[in-house]
Amino acid sequence: MFRIDFNKLRFLICDDNPHMRRILRTLLHSFGAREAYEAEDGATALEMYTHYVPDIVITDWSMPIFDGLELAQMIRQPESKGNPYAPIIMLTGHSEKRRVTVARDAGVTEFLAKPISAKGLYQRILNVVASPRPFIKTKTYFGPDRRRNTTNTYIGPERRIGGEVEVLQQPSLLDKARSSI
Amino acid sequence: MAKEKPAEIKVKAFGTHYVITQPNPLRKVLRRVDERDLDDPVARAEEALAGLSGEFQDWMLVEADRLTAAHAAILKSGFNDKAAEELFRAAHDIKGDAATFGYPSAAVAAESLCRIIEHAPELEKVPPELIKHHINAIQAIVHNHTRLDSTKVATELGRRLRGVADEYLMHVNRDRPEHLEAIMAPSIVPAE
Repeated sequence: MFRIDFNKLRFLICDDNPHMRRILRTLLHSFGAREAYEAEDGATALEMYTHYVPDIVITDWSMPIFDGLELAQMIRQPESKGNPYAPIIMLTGHSEKRRVTVARDAGVTEFLAKPISAKGLYQRILNVVASPRPFIKTKTYFGPDRRRNTTNTYIGPERRIGGEVEVLQQPSLLDKARSSI
Repeated sequence: MAKEKPAEIKVKAFGTHYVITQPNPLRKVLRRVDERDLDDPVARAEEALAGLSGEFQDWMLVEADRLTAAHAAILKSGFNDKAAEELFRAAHDIKGDAATFGYPSAAVAAESLCRIIEHAPELEKVPPELIKHHINAIQAIVHNHTRLDSTKVATELGRRLRGVADEYLMHVNRDRPEHLEAIMAPSIVPAE
């Protein structure tokens, strides 16, 4: 059996509603988290993201200044200052299919429709900790692989094409350091 | 937890895209434990949430009053962008929060109101009674929450409001297929 050491995780909660922030804080603390930073608008959230470098971002969709969707898009900029790979869990009252699709295409990792439940939040956190997906970069997208099904039997119009061209192995920091000696 | 970017990132190039695989830095927080040592963080969190529930009614009263105030501003000055936005945000917050606070019927009524604001072609032409009924319903649900017969009444109220709102929206959007599609699409709530 596996368990998550929540006391080793740093969270960023982004929601303009203080009651919802209180509920999220209560849930995370109950899970065992000790570091949970809070932002009440998109601009503060981006600043805190860059400063505190959280392991996981939990964001609402609707927020002042700029919303959770725009926050996700800014975090996912490959050339951004912060870590563009951090898991983003979008917690929102929007539950229409098109909203889920828009959030997915903005680079959101997991989507959790309100009402909040302890089980739902825990499951999403477990997903991003234990089963992270690779990232995909195209001309128009950078973010977690949007496919949940990784079989290669799909032959529909959105099948990825081109075949494997080249494997680029990025050297580790240690290898780079050693080679420079 | 480590702050720096992953030390080794593997990039596979394809014709139309790159697949980027990084070592999972969060893997370190997963620990293997014996079943007898496994605690239940979800149960702990649910208990903590139940402990907060004493404050939920006050929170709902605040949210409902905010909605009423937003509506009063519209009655006074009409539907300008700011007023419509505030009404939508107040309704949207209730839609998202109310079920968590134990008021699922208020969430249904608030969602119906959000749909009206989002999909009505011209807000000024929405029958004022339609919006007023939604707001009155939410206030009634919040203020009568502790009555034994309130759950059935509240559920029926939410259902009927949604039915009337949807009928109105389908009528005024009959020439706007993209709105019609959104109005008629079922809600998708990912399974837990």
